[in-house]
Amino acid sequence: MADLGASKFADRLASATPETIAKPIRGLSDRVLAWLFIAPSIILLLAINIFPLIWTIYLSFTNYRANRPNAPIKSVGIDNYVSILTDPDVWQPMQATAHFVIWTILIETVLGFALAFLIDRKFRGHGFWTTIILIPMMLSPAVVGNFWKFLYQPQTGLFNYIIGLIIGEPASSFEMIGSVRLAPWSIIIVDVWMWTPYVVLICLAGLRSIPDYIYEAAEVDRASKWRQFWTITLPMALPFIMLAMLFRGIENFKMFDMVNLLTSGGPGSTTEVASITLKRAAFESWRTGYSSAFAIILFVTVFGLANIYVKALNQVKSR
Amino acid sequence: MTTAAHSVVEPSPRSKAIAGTLVVIYAVISMIPLVWIGLTALKTPSDAIAYPPKILFTPSIAGFCDLFTTQSRQTEDYIAKLPPPTDTCDEITRSRGLVTAGPSNFMPRFFNSFIIAFGSTFLAVALGTLAAYGFSRFKVPLADDLLFFILSTRMMPPIAVAIPIYLMYRELGLSDTHLGMILLYTAVNVSLAVWLMKGFIDEIPREYEEAAMIDGYTRLQAFRKVVLPQAATGIAATAIFCLIFAWNEYAFAVLLTSGEAQTAPPFIPIIIGEGGQDWPAVAAGTTLFLIPIVVFTVLLRKHLLRGITFGAVRK
Repeated sequence: MADLGASKFADRLASATPETIAKPIRGLSDRVLAWLFIAPSIILLLAINIFPLIWTIYLSFTNYRANRPNAPIKSVGIDNYVSILTDPDVWQPMQATAHFVIWTILIETVLGFALAFLIDRKFRGHGFWTTIILIPMMLSPAVVGNFWKFLYQPQTGLFNYIIGLIIGEPASSFEMIGSVRLAPWSIIIVDVWMWTPYVVLICLAGLRSIPDYIYEAAEVDRASKWRQFWTITLPMALPFIMLAMLFRGIENFKMFDMVNLLTSGGPGSTTEVASITLKRAAFESWRTGYSSAFAIILFVTVFGLANIYVKALNQVKSR
Repeated sequence: MTTAAHSVVEPSPRSKAIAGTLVVIYAVISMIPLVWIGLTALKTPSDAIAYPPKILFTPSIAGFCDLFTTQSRQTEDYIAKLPPPTDTCDEITRSRGLVTAGPSNFMPRFFNSFIIAFGSTFLAVALGTLAAYGFSRFKVPLADDLLFFILSTRMMPPIAVAIPIYLMYRELGLSDTHLGMILLYTAVNVSLAVWLMKGFIDEIPREYEEAAMIDGYTRLQAFRKVVLPQAATGIAATAIFCLIFAWNEYAFAVLLTSGEAQTAPPFIPIIIGEGGQDWPAVAAGTTLFLIPIVVFTVLLRKHLLRGITFGAVRK
């Protein structure tokens, strides 16, 4: 308690001192304190994220192979980048990724917004059912991918059985993860199952942010419900919808775990999204230099997309 | 509740009923896969792959037996000569011509998941709360840039990060160690923790600490005795989000661990029994793994929105 008394005294002294003298004393200690609070997090991120990133950039200009640590590292200039960007095989994963990202965003946004719109009718028990709907998005994508593999078993899987009943064909007549035509859809279905709740949650926040008085004014003006939806609900929820689309787009562009467990990129390379190509190059072929260059290209793409999108988002907001 | 002013925005009973029905149908359909996994955990291996799929079946703990033990095939003579089985698992195993050889790797992997998830959560929340307080209460030069930098580290594709981490950990001897995984998950989670905690601390009025400091508390005492108790709910919510991330993480775990520090997500898919994938055992492991997450999701429901948008959207 003596300590407390002393600082009390110091404080009283500080308040008694003219402001011009008191300020630097407080300012200095605050600045030091601020850095003491913030520095540990920044240092950790520099050590575990930024230092490795710089290392990756360095490696991307070499022919280094992690399975031969003692071989001399040779600089190859921009050869790795050139060979990635001119290799026609690289367009396969890029197309697979684009197919996956575009369809998941589209379906999840439409379905998620529709569900949020319905939940916003505030029927009895909507809180409980919302919580139920949200559960899939909290689960481990890897474990989810693995158990969907069980549901997709061609002979005995529940998914195939139910779809077989609906389309009236035997469940053994089609295969989800084994067929070139359906495999890309098998990963889209799982992603939609898992991540539509995410869009629901954000859209719900958007719908709830629209003040009641706007609808009341529209009613006074005798605007139809249909017109209210297109002129009030949708435009006002749009920034939130776009926020959800942005997050889903970035997340799915990097998608690895669920797809790796469900199809491992197969059959052939039909579902080989970018992260799986990267894993194969880095941890199976051990072309570390080459895969570092690939990783840098992915970084740049993610940040580029995110930046364009954030700008579009701000424009929507300021309208 | 049926005043004229209110009825304008309150949906009609009919539209409520339709909306409710559609949402309940979606919720029930989306729960089918999870319920099916729970049921499969209680089936025998042959029931699990029966056609048509069995909804009604005699429950069995065979899946859990296979999950927790390893077994080896023996001749009938050998099994007949053994002393009587000590528990139900033994009995089930022997009826299939197998004997229990010992405990499986499931418990150690589960335990690894526990240590790594709790260790990294503790560190991330501690560091994140400090940094969030710093950003919230002090004038930090380039604060916005630093905050963006912190967030951007979480946007990196995990496989891309794993390449240099793999090399770095190999040099430092951190490959396949608990410490290595805890540090890595802390780094991934600290960005979330800073952003979430900044939101929560921003909501605590500065006047509380200022009053405490006028009463003679130092800045640190005010932080400990005024801000931390006020932020308790936020800290708990942040901690649960960090726990869930670390618990669920797969990409780093599968690339950087192989034995000693391997967590449950890379282990569950490789549970293999006699004659192919042992689905009841996989389902049993999956169920045990997912139950804590479902419980946490229900506890967290009020804060979910904040958590998934890095505190950007509040209700």
